[in-house]
Parts: sequence; structure tokens; C-alpha cells
Amino acid sequence: MAEKKTLGQEFSKGLIKENPVLRLVLGTCPTLAVSTSIENAIGMGVAATMVLICSNIVISALRKVIPNKVRIPCYIVVIAAFVTIVQLVVKAFAPSLDEGLGIYLPLIVVNCIILGRAEGFANKNGVLASAIDGIGMGVGFTIALTLMAAIREFFGAGNLTLKVIGYGTTLKDIFHLGETDVLSAIGLEPILIFILAPGGFFTFGLLMACANKIAESKGKPKAELKGCEACPMAASCSMKAEGKECAE
Amino acid sequence: MTITGLVAILLAAITTNNFVLSKFLGICPFLGVSKKTDTALGMSGAVIFVMVLAAAVTYPLNVLLAKNDMAYLQTIVQILVIASLVQFVEIVLKKFIPALYNALGIYLPLITTNCAVLGVVQLNVQNSYGFLPSIINALGGGIGFMVAMLMFSGIRERLEGNDYPKFWDGLPITLVAAAITACSFLGFTGLVEGIFGA
Repeated sequence: MAEKKTLGQEFSKGLIKENPVLRLVLGTCPTLAVSTSIENAIGMGVAATMVLICSNIVISALRKVIPNKVRIPCYIVVIAAFVTIVQLVVKAFAPSLDEGLGIYLPLIVVNCIILGRAEGFANKNGVLASAIDGIGMGVGFTIALTLMAAIREFFGAGNLTLKVIGYGTTLKDIFHLGETDVLSAIGLEPILIFILAPGGFFTFGLLMACANKIAESKGKPKAELKGCEACPMAASCSMKAEGKECAE
Repeated sequence: MTITGLVAILLAAITTNNFVLSKFLGICPFLGVSKKTDTALGMSGAVIFVMVLAAAVTYPLNVLLAKNDMAYLQTIVQILVIASLVQFVEIVLKKFIPALYNALGIYLPLITTNCAVLGVVQLNVQNSYGFLPSIINALGGGIGFMVAMLMFSGIRERLEGNDYPKFWDGLPITLVAAAITACSFLGFTGLVEGIFGA
């Protein structure tokens, strides 16, 4: 990064311009897996954001202490510690969310957004900037996840669960529909496949196509799975040492 | 556990619970390394190898942690063990089995942060599988990854030169192709229950 950004810019870049899911193509696994309902999507987003903020702060604070050669294992330990904390908190206070997220909660450890930001931002910037970057990226992740969940849940189940850890309502209840869903009530049928695995890939592709269209109209390049520069493992990767790219 | 039970786990991990197409684990290599069939094969080989090894190594550790009331440390221990295991395997292969290293070596470092590997270890804990079922589950998951990769790389080769709207170019059209591949795996629904009983 050539020029210094203000803290406000550090925050807002994660929302749209450098949205981790739709622009940087990071964290695709949880995005696809937990976007079957808005409740899970928001829960996942908040959990990942917490880990991201804490790990960014700690890694940034320790950036001068951690030897360069063993930095990736150090980052992984820090991230895994915070994931464990979040996992225990969720288990204690929101057991239904824990059930909904299943193994994807501990899998935040290998979410490439978090390692990617540690390697790409926190180890080069100050503590405050890293914390703000973590918040921005986390919110951007949550927005993309929620948007995707809204599309999938509405078309796939004809419902929207507007809930956070069990509190709130659903679209069905707002219209007092009882057992029938919103789409059936207006004479349409829910498209079940949207909730199933293929719908996840399709909705993600659709959103990314829209994001590319918007980016193109503003003269920005389209989103790509990055080559080695964006890969958190690049430092220890033997392919890079031989000058090859893994994606080819 | 009986042989039938083990076969059911293996078959379920390959088809109905396919790691990539129904559990969404290991999406990054699935999208990134599937352009050519031979690289897809190499990557899958490395994933199978590391998954089975990781399941075998973490099983005793999980038991040990659970016995000492420290099950909350499992995630940290698992990821550290997997990361060091991958490094170790790379060094050992390079020194002693250069032929295998040439085939798989370049893909190994990429696997440390592959969620399929940590995912299978977590699934084994969640389902409280014993030692043998854990390994069979990892083997099935790895083979399922390979099947999905091979199918998908074949489809991707056909995508080349097709005419679709320009802004779908690149990842979006790849994701739609993945959706269609995943559709074909929906056909396996109920297969394992049908063969082995629920």
C-alpha cells in the first residue's frame, strides 16, 4: 500500500471496495456452508469478526517480537486460541447457534480471511489500524454472508429468520402464516434446491457476477482467486521458491 | 464396529456427505487447482494422504485430551499437529521418497490451511468415531474430494471458449459449473441408507 489511509478508510474499505468475500474471494467455505439461514449467517459473521479483531490486535502488537521465519505457526496459535474462546462463549450462551454452525465454528481457525488479514495487514500496521481493519473486514464478511443467506432462505424456504441468537421473529410470523411459507401464500412454490448445496454455489456465483458487473462499470478489475501474493501460505510454499503459481 | 459399518462410512463420505459438494470443505483448492486434470489429481492425492495421516495422528491426542478434561484444547492441538505434520511429511518425503515428493510435494504446504483436513478431524470427534472408523472416514473424504475434483476439472475444460455474458467470466461461471456438479451429487441422496439400512 503506497499511501497512508485514514482510520475511516481502513474501516470502510472492507465493506464494499475490498469486501473479503465478493472482492478478495476469501473465506468461501463458511460462506457457502452456513448461508442457509440468516440467523446462522449473522452468528457466523459475528463470531468470525470477534476472532478477526482480537487476532489482528494481538498479531499487530507482537509483530516486532515474532521472528519472521516462524510467523505463520505463531499466527495460527493466536487465531486458534481466540477461536477456542469464541467457541466456549457460544456454547455457553447460545447453544442453538452452536448446533446450527456445527463444525464450521472451530473451522474459523482455517478461515483464510483471518490468516490472510494477519499476513496481509496486521503484521505491517499499528494496533489501532489493525483493529479497525478487523472490524471493517468482519462487517464486510457478515454483510456478504447475510445477503447470501437472505437470497437462499427466501427462495429456498420462503421464509426469513430475522433472529439473533434466538431472539427476534421470522417473516412467516410477521404475516401470521402459521405452517405455510411466504412464497406458497402468494401462489408460488419455494425452490428447495436453493437451500441445498447446489443453491449455495449458484447464489455465490450470481452475487459475484453482480459484484463484477458493478466493479466493471467503475473501471475496477473483476474478482479473481488470487495467485501466490494473496495466499497466506506463500512464505513457506515450495512452489513459490521454484517460481511457479499454484493456481495454474 | 463391523465391516458393514465401515463400508457405510466410506461410501457416505464419498457420495452423500461428499466433503466438497455437500459439506463445502476444501472449496479453495476445488476452485483454484481444478483447471487441469493432472494438477487436480496431484492435489487430490496429497489431500487423501494428509487427511488419513492427520486422522490417525490426532485420534490418540483427542482421546488423551478428553481423558484429562481438556477437550477445549482440541482445536488448538489439532491445527498445530496438522501444520507440523505437513512440514514434517514434506521434509521426510523430500529426503527419502523423492518420486512421491515430486508428485505430491508442491501441493503439501497448501494443505495446512485446507479446511477439509481440520474438518475431517473435527467430524471424527463430533461423531465420536473410534480409530478405524476415523481413518476410513478420512479416506472416504479424500476419495470424495478426488472424485469431485476430477469431475469438475472435466467440466471446466469444456467451459473454455463457451459464449456467456462477459461479467460472468472467471469465478462466477466456475461457481455455476460447481452448482451443476453438486446437483449431480444430489442423486446419491438416500443411497447409503438404502443399501445398509438406516
